[in-house]
Amino acid sequence: MTAADTEARIAAVRAFITDLPYARALGLELRGVGAGWAELAMPYRADLVGDPATGIMHGGAVSALMDTTCGGAVMSHPDAGLATATLDLRIDYMRGAQPGQTVRARATCIRVTRTIAFVTATAHDDDADTPIAMASGAFTVSRPDGER
Amino acid sequence: MTGRVRPEPVQVVKQRRDATLSALVGRVPFIGTLGAVFERRGDELTAILPFRETLIGNPVLPALHGGATAGFLEVAALVELTWSVLWPEIESGRLTPEQVAQDTRLRMPKTVDFTVDFLRSGLPRDAYARARVNRSGRRYASVHVEGWQDNRARLFAQATGHFVMPEPPVRD
Repeated sequence: MTAADTEARIAAVRAFITDLPYARALGLELRGVGAGWAELAMPYRADLVGDPATGIMHGGAVSALMDTTCGGAVMSHPDAGLATATLDLRIDYMRGAQPGQTVRARATCIRVTRTIAFVTATAHDDDADTPIAMASGAFTVSRPDGER
Repeated sequence: MTGRVRPEPVQVVKQRRDATLSALVGRVPFIGTLGAVFERRGDELTAILPFRETLIGNPVLPALHGGATAGFLEVAALVELTWSVLWPEIESGRLTPEQVAQDTRLRMPKTVDFTVDFLRSGLPRDAYARARVNRSGRRYASVHVEGWQDNRARLFAQATGHFVMPEPPVRD
């Protein structure tokens, strides 16, 4: 894949990833994307809260942010195609995101084989020192040129 | 014959269980945003995710977004866990639906980790989930949840999660 191809791929991911219906429903925003990595943000919303006693956003909303960000990292990898699906995703919730703050997630492909992409992601709120969550997942890989 | 308390009428029991379940589900804004609902048979809960276009993650296939599936299973696990812990209190009448709806001292369990196994792509149809509490201790719980669509035996996703139990509410 040439550098121009990679640029075209990144542009495609940029146009595509936050336009997915469920990503739109949660208000996900693309903050950055490069070869094999992606960064997305989820601004705070009261209708995404899990426990009203704390005002903390639900783990299920953070899951969607993590899954989408990991998917973006796979799609933008030069050795993978634009089509990917989650095979397995583990999320560790280290602490609740501070109510009112945007959650940002950054995902990186650790290794991409002919069939599988291994991806990890970290999410933060305004406190950059302590992650709110970490994810690791396995994603399907389609060949960039469409061959199987 | 003395000492035997006559059982409550069935409609009173059902009304209390259903009102408590709907108060519990109604407490969680995210469940409403996702659009998940719960059905009850005795103490058994089934979570239902009616299909909507906003749940799509792959418009080409089309398929449910993995994040929507994960969120649905997590919601099913959390509600089942909270419900199973509260059940004796609900049955005894010590905990009223009003308390479940409004009492801010009643905390939900906190998710420590959640691992989703995506077995096949989620079709643009309704999805169902049932969770099983495999262990529920004073501080920690482990919950497994199965999700399916058209066929109960063909799961489209399953998940296991660990949770920290809330401190018991201080009663006055």
